[in-house]
Amino acid sequence: MLVFVLFGVTLCTFFMSHVIPGDPAQMMAGPHASADTIRSIRRQLGLDRPLWVQYGTYLWGLLHGDLGVSIRTQQPVIHDLAAFFPATLELVLYAFLLAIVTGIPLGVLAAVKRNTVWDYAARVVSLGGVSVPVFWSGLVLILLFYARLGWLPASGRLDPSLPPPPTITGLYTVDSALTGYWADFFNSLWHLVLPAVTLSYVQLSIIVRQVRSSMLEVLGKEFILTGRANGLGRGFLIVRYALRNALVPTITVIGLSIGSLLGGAVVTETVFDWPGMGNYVVQSIASLDFPAIMGFTVVIGAAYVLINLVVDLLHYALDPQIRR
Amino acid sequence: MSTPIVARSARYGGGRMLWKQLTANRFTALAVACVVAIVLLALLAPWLAPDSPTSVHLSQRLSPPSARHWFGTDEVGRDLFSRILYGARISVGVGLGSVLLAALAGTLLGAFSGYWGRWADQGIMRLMDILLSFPSIVLAMALAAALGPNLLNAALAIAIVKLPVYVRLARAEALSISRQLFVKAARTFGLGSGWIVTRHIIPNLLPPIVVQITLDLGDTILLIATLGFLGLGAQPPTPEWGAMISVGWKYLLDQWWYPTLTGAAIFITVMSFNLLGDGVRDLLDPRRHEEGGRTS
Repeated sequence: MLVFVLFGVTLCTFFMSHVIPGDPAQMMAGPHASADTIRSIRRQLGLDRPLWVQYGTYLWGLLHGDLGVSIRTQQPVIHDLAAFFPATLELVLYAFLLAIVTGIPLGVLAAVKRNTVWDYAARVVSLGGVSVPVFWSGLVLILLFYARLGWLPASGRLDPSLPPPPTITGLYTVDSALTGYWADFFNSLWHLVLPAVTLSYVQLSIIVRQVRSSMLEVLGKEFILTGRANGLGRGFLIVRYALRNALVPTITVIGLSIGSLLGGAVVTETVFDWPGMGNYVVQSIASLDFPAIMGFTVVIGAAYVLINLVVDLLHYALDPQIRR
Repeated sequence: MSTPIVARSARYGGGRMLWKQLTANRFTALAVACVVAIVLLALLAPWLAPDSPTSVHLSQRLSPPSARHWFGTDEVGRDLFSRILYGARISVGVGLGSVLLAALAGTLLGAFSGYWGRWADQGIMRLMDILLSFPSIVLAMALAAALGPNLLNAALAIAIVKLPVYVRLARAEALSISRQLFVKAARTFGLGSGWIVTRHIIPNLLPPIVVQITLDLGDTILLIATLGFLGLGAQPPTPEWGAMISVGWKYLLDQWWYPTLTGAAIFITVMSFNLLGDGVRDLLDPRRHEEGGRTS
């Protein structure tokens, strides 16, 4: 499946990007380059060969972990992406955790206290999340917490005055905790607050919606009524029986909603000047750097497919009905 | 099962009935009011806007909201209120066009796919699987970048991203409809498959497609704005909301109203359409009703 998907998408974007006007060789050479220079760059990039040969070369490279050379940075795309990957991973990871630890309780609360203020609040929160442009909510948070109140930093991963922690995983919060750079640890955590909150909101709202509706469904089941009749406590029933059953469909939705997290990261990184893959690809877009754009798309596509594979396995582990 | 055509048209037909049901829910009524207001503002923009959205007044650049400029002015002194009004035409118009294109192409592809089956079905559905296996904004970005950054290509890219949902929906419906008696009858009469699909199958699978269109509108408007913000949609000086913010957010700290009010326009519009979509789905989704569900 994975191979198949990557094949299809590289094929689409590759051919589309090559039928449009706009010559990467011209772009690399600059506006005043001679025709000879442009021709030699074309040859160097392989742009003078037939399209299908170029595509074949690209696919062959992809199979060997080679995504081509970025036109903008002149570096192998895979190196560029690898350099920016940890920052994106750290941001997405914190946003994900935030969305889970706030979204699930909020969804449960909305379902248990159906049609009360709590329920309406949860519904407004989740409607806002699917409607808000990530770049706008980020800007509003910056305006409020950075410009007006001065509580939180609005850009980067770390204050420029602090030396980054030694690299182990590339995640600043993990590396600094492992090596005892506590100033870095708190500072990077501090820098994570606004972007992680901004990014998590979309996924949070998807989770709240799903948890609420599957909790409502489970709470209406007869085994809950039986539990109540047998004198089980309300809280115990909700957590131990209802939530556990409601989580099965929720996990699938969480897996799919990671897509919105990965896509949202592109915008969030741009707004908060976060040095991750999203920021990199937006700059690549500005200079029509197709190897970089395609490399990013391929990596995100692969990550998304892999994540959903893990979700399926998790599903299998949680739901005894599938195992039978 | 026995009288599908009649049962369906009675259920979904009757505009006045639908209107009554839609406005019965307070949230949905609010959404209807907002959507109507936004569409009216967009349509009447040339008459309502106090100034042309592109006329430059350098002497009044970045002025704060005032009686003359309700929302202030941008970095070359254009009236922001006028630009936001005209922006509504682009967002709503292009959003609707993009969804309708996806729905039209998706319905045709899905209906034929479901009716023909076999290899055509396999091929089309695998292609849709590919499209579905990418986060929508990432795929839209890649496609828009590949096609070249402008508004039309952004709309096209979004239509491609939205396509698989309609194909799947239409295919599932077409599969069950094509097993029904009236389709078999049409075939016995010797009608061609093109005729059967367009005249007998597609009219019967439209209701869920319409629901899906209303559900997708908000998200599509959001995607257009996001592509605009990333520089992959409308280009300046077009008064498109996302493109306006991509310029305006540099002025956030000193002229906060510029990006903030533009973003608020996106937020309110998308939320209204999402609320409307939810309302329409709750009303028409047969799974939420005890009686009179879809027969197939």
